Order: sequence, then structure tokens, then C-alpha cells
Amino acid sequence: MTPFTLHCGVAAPLLRDHIDTDTIIPSREMRTVSRSGLADGLFAPWRYSDVDARLADPDFVLNQASYEGASILLTGLNFGCGSSREHAVWAMMEWGVKVVIAPSFATIFRNNALRNGLLTIELATDRIQWLANWVATDPQINQLTVDLQTCSVSSEAGREKEGFQIDPMARSMLIEGLDEIGLTEQSLKHIEDFENRDQVRRPWAYLADPH
Amino acid sequence: MTLFDKLWEEHEVEALSERQSLLYVDRIFLHERTGSVALNSLLEHGRSVRQRQHAFCTMDHIVDTRPGRSDDTLMPSGRDFIVATRSAAHETGIQLFDIQDPNQGIVHVISPELGIALPGLSVICPDSHTCTLGGLGVLAWGVGSTEAEHALATSTLRVTRPKTMRVQFVGHMARHVTAKDLILYAIRSLSASGGAGYAIEFAGPAISALPVESRLTLCNMATELSAFTGLIAPDEQVIDYCEGRPFAPQGAARKAAVRHWRTLQSDADARFDSEHHINIESLKPQLTWGTSPQHCIDWDDEIPRAEEAPDEATAASWQQAQAYMGVTAGHRLSDYPLDAAFIGSCTNSRLSDLRDAADYLTQTGHRVAKGVKALCVPGSGGVKRAAEAEGIDAIFRQAGFEWREPGCSMCFFAGGESLGEGVRVASTTNRNFQGRQGLGVRTHLGSPLSVVASACAGHLLADMTS
Repeated sequence: MTPFTLHCGVAAPLLRDHIDTDTIIPSREMRTVSRSGLADGLFAPWRYSDVDARLADPDFVLNQASYEGASILLTGLNFGCGSSREHAVWAMMEWGVKVVIAPSFATIFRNNALRNGLLTIELATDRIQWLANWVATDPQINQLTVDLQTCSVSSEAGREKEGFQIDPMARSMLIEGLDEIGLTEQSLKHIEDFENRDQVRRPWAYLADPH
Repeated sequence: MTLFDKLWEEHEVEALSERQSLLYVDRIFLHERTGSVALNSLLEHGRSVRQRQHAFCTMDHIVDTRPGRSDDTLMPSGRDFIVATRSAAHETGIQLFDIQDPNQGIVHVISPELGIALPGLSVICPDSHTCTLGGLGVLAWGVGSTEAEHALATSTLRVTRPKTMRVQFVGHMARHVTAKDLILYAIRSLSASGGAGYAIEFAGPAISALPVESRLTLCNMATELSAFTGLIAPDEQVIDYCEGRPFAPQGAARKAAVRHWRTLQSDADARFDSEHHINIESLKPQLTWGTSPQHCIDWDDEIPRAEEAPDEATAASWQQAQAYMGVTAGHRLSDYPLDAAFIGSCTNSRLSDLRDAADYLTQTGHRVAKGVKALCVPGSGGVKRAAEAEGIDAIFRQAGFEWREPGCSMCFFAGGESLGEGVRVASTTNRNFQGRQGLGVRTHLGSPLSVVASACAGHLLADMTS
């Protein structure tokens, strides 16, 4: 996983609540068995006025020239609800999204994001609206800087600064770009000890290996 | 202690921080949509499945449900998922319920049916509806493919501990009101993010009175509250339900299990971080009008007006939803003719669901209205065989329903089969998101009873008394 420390980029507002993963990447856009080839289907129901012909809908924020190259998404509460499909995170990252800022996230989406190095930040709705308003005056100039070392989102050379909170474990995973499986494998002794104790306590929970 | 606290502590291998623990995962279930990614990534990293006898896989999401099916699907690349999953399952040595397996079916239908999910176990699946299994008192939650890979490699997951919530249903359920109506009403009352950050225990006399399959329906949609999971304390009914299932303990092992299962309930003095009481005394069947499960009303209510919305953002979201759904505020759902009806999915494809709908057809003698395409898709090979033994397939067919092979089918678009743009469907599924059932499809969620009644009426209806 690529480590995340600091990111500066264009922020785009998608200020709707409850944006679900079927909208982020519809099932019909998940055509390959791999993690790639998904960016084209990102937000397909909103991004295209004709999905099959891939006609861009000029009203959709990510299609507008002023928000070209957007890498930070400002959005509404419960972002990423619904299906557990990790493809939603993969599609966003492949398209170029690095940070999502919302009042709240669906748990599975947040966990998926963390495990892929996509930073999710929770800020209050009114602060997100303020950031969106500031960005909107000139999105290409009014870029946002997200600093995971200091846990802050700042505008215009740090004149306006919003602090955010993040789970310390999640923060160090992102900063160090840790492989979580590798990390847990260091706890193998604990896992084996647990199983030895647990097989006495819950013998019925363990199935025999038929092989 | 709450039931959730007990389950958490029983599975805690190691506390990693104040809020995060390494939890032991007893069973892992995969399907061809998200499972092949996890298995292939595991193999690419040179790892193996740590406890392969505890990992299972089924074909449900993409597999065709039309009779005479093969590996091919309407989505041209669907076959790739099926072939890749089969090959990865064989390479890792985990048990696969393949297309022709008599026990193949929807993951959350077959795992209780086969005794793979049992009270007191922890079960994960890269699928958000894994919370279904909470209906048996299983600590079960949905994850992404990367976390599934972690669980396959280590038999554990690093989990942030959710807070606890209890939702008590107070009052008696009226006739024709089902578990589906209870959970839709709970989502309507608490909102689609009302359970965010919580593990929810559903309780109260109405819950104790629910049959096991209805409890699975109720917990299935805990994810639609954005909850970590839903749970119901296992009782004697659940203990009986588990007896004799292929992967369930037998003999002395069952005795030990039953002793353990009887401890799985919240203590009388248990404290929850949040408590809600929902009165269901005069509850009517629920139907959704919009594009979120919280866009839900009594079947005979008016579709809400934007000016009644609590705030501007909600008003805007109602207007967007109404435009997509082609419905008008102030009208009733029964004003809109129906194009299709779907009975199936991990929410409502079990034998009792099919019986409910078939009983309605037999008792009323009604047939599917002209111009309505109606489908019934049993949740598993087991459900299908049991239904056919009772003649339920014949009742559905004679009434004008298609009778399909087990799978997720039109719950969403995975296999490439869709109803068509602008089509209005009454559906026993769990999500009415924009485009969920195919591009432009308009989904109205309801119980099997509401859906069968609507299919016969030719418009949205849940008044079983007429």
C-alpha cells in the first residue's frame, strides 16, 4: 500500500447524503475479475447522460472543466453505504481520488478505503459546506491541502485550517503504508494460543479438515 | 454484559488498542462476485488459507437463474468470475458449492441451512448482508475483499469495536405484517444511518415470537441501518433449528454447544450505549416509494411532499428520488401500474417466504395481472426441493410466475439480467438504490405478501384484506 502523508489537490463537491456503492460503481460496470478497469464506471449513473454511449452529463460536477483533476471529494453523510464491494474504493482511486471528506462514512466502505490507502476524513456538515463554498469561487486555484501528520485540512497556504480526528491505528497504517496481513502474522503465537484455549471451551466450533 | 459484549470477548485474541481488537473468525464464506479477488490475491502473495475447513464458497451473485443454466451468463464476462472462483477454490482446497451442487444457493440462505453458521460463531463474508446470520445469534458482519483475504490468511480480523444499541419492538404484529415490515419500519424510524457505529440487538416480545427464518429476514437489513451488524439472542427455537444440519455439531459436541448457546443473551442488567423502542401495535405493511430503504411509508399513505421534509437537503433528496422513481408527492403507490414482481434474495427467498406468497395465491385464487412479469427465485437448492415437494412451484407457475434456479438473480444486476429502463417492480429484496436492479429500474421494496398481492393487482398494493 502506498503511504499517505500529505496531499494537495482540487476538491469537488458532491453534497448528497447516503451515496451508495451501487452508485459509486454499479454492478454492471464491474466487468473484470481484477481490481482495475473500474474508473470508467465510476459514478456511471450520474456521470453519463447515456451510460451505454458514454455521453458525459455536463451537469455532473466531475465532468466540469473547473473541477478537472479533482482528487478530493466533499460529500454528504453515510457515504459509501450499501454493498460491501471494495470496487467502489478501487474505482475511485483509479480515477484519481485520494481523499474523501464527509460527515460520516459507512463502516465497510471506511475499512475498505483504509486498507487501500484512500483517506477518509470526517468533518461536520457546515464545515464541509464552508470548504465547498470556498473551493467553488475558483476550484483550480482554491485547492485543499490535507496533512495526515498534523491531521488538518487547510485552504490557501494554511490561512483556514480544519482539524480532524482519526483513529491512531488507522493513521499509522496510512502513513506507513502497512500491509495489515503481514502485521497480523506477527501475532501468530497469540492466535495459536487462543485456538488452544478455545478448543477446550468451544470444541464444537472447530471442524475437522477433510483433506 | 450485552450479548454483543459476550460474543466480542469470546472471540478476542488480542486487544490492539483501546478501541481495536484482533478477533477470531470461525467461518469465512465467499461468493463468486468478491471471493475470487480475495482468493487470487492471497495466492499471488504466496499465502494459503490458514484453516481451509472453516472456509466455504458458493456461486450465487453472477450465476444465471434461468432453467438449464451453465457457466455462461447474460453479462459476457460473468463466466470469467465463475471460472476464476472455481479454480481458486480448488487451488486453495476450500469447499465450493458449485452451480450443479444440490446445496448451491445464496450465501446467507445456505450457511444457516447447512449449519455452517451457528449461534456463538463469528462469521465473515465479503458481502454486506452477512448480518443476516445475526438472526441465529451469530456474530456476523460484512467486509471487503482485502479483509476477507486477511481472514483467510490469519483466521482473524482487526476490528474496531462498535457501540451497542438495543431496538425493542413493543406491541403485537397485526395479521399480514411480517418481519420485512418490521425492519422497513425500523429503518424508516431510525433512518438509513441510524445504526452507524453500532451493533444492534433486536429484542422484545414480537421478536421472541418470530420464527427463525423471519429473524434472518429482520437481521438481513441491519446493514440498511448502516449498523455493524444485527443480532437476536438465540432461544430454544434456534437451538432446535440447528439440530441435524450437515455442518452442525452432533452427540456430545451438540450437548456442549447447546450449553454454550443458552448463555448467549444479554444479562438483565446489561447496559446499551443506545436504546430504542418501536411500537408495532397498529403497524401496516410497509412499501418504499424512493431510492433509499428509509423512503418508506404505510402501503396506503401519500408519497411525502418536499415541503414536509425536515430540512432542505432532505427535501432535495426526496425530489431527486421522486423524479427517478416517476412518482408524484401526494399520490398513493396504488396509483402506479406495476410492470414486474420479484420474489427472492437473501432477504426473502426461504421456504416460509415462498409459502406466504403461495398461500395468498391459493386462498385468493388470484393470478398475476396481465402485463406483469413475475419471478420467483428460491434461495437455495434445499429451499427449491422443499417447495417443489409441497407443490409450491406449481402454484407459482399456474398463477403466472416464472420458477427459477437458486441465486441472487434480479436483486441486482450482477448476472446481466435486467427488467429494462423505467420498469416499475415490486421486490422482496433489500435495496431500492438507483439502478440497483438494472439501469433505470424503479424498485419498490416490500414483503413477499405485499409483492404477490401487488403482482396480482397490477399495481402497488399491500392490502391483503381485500
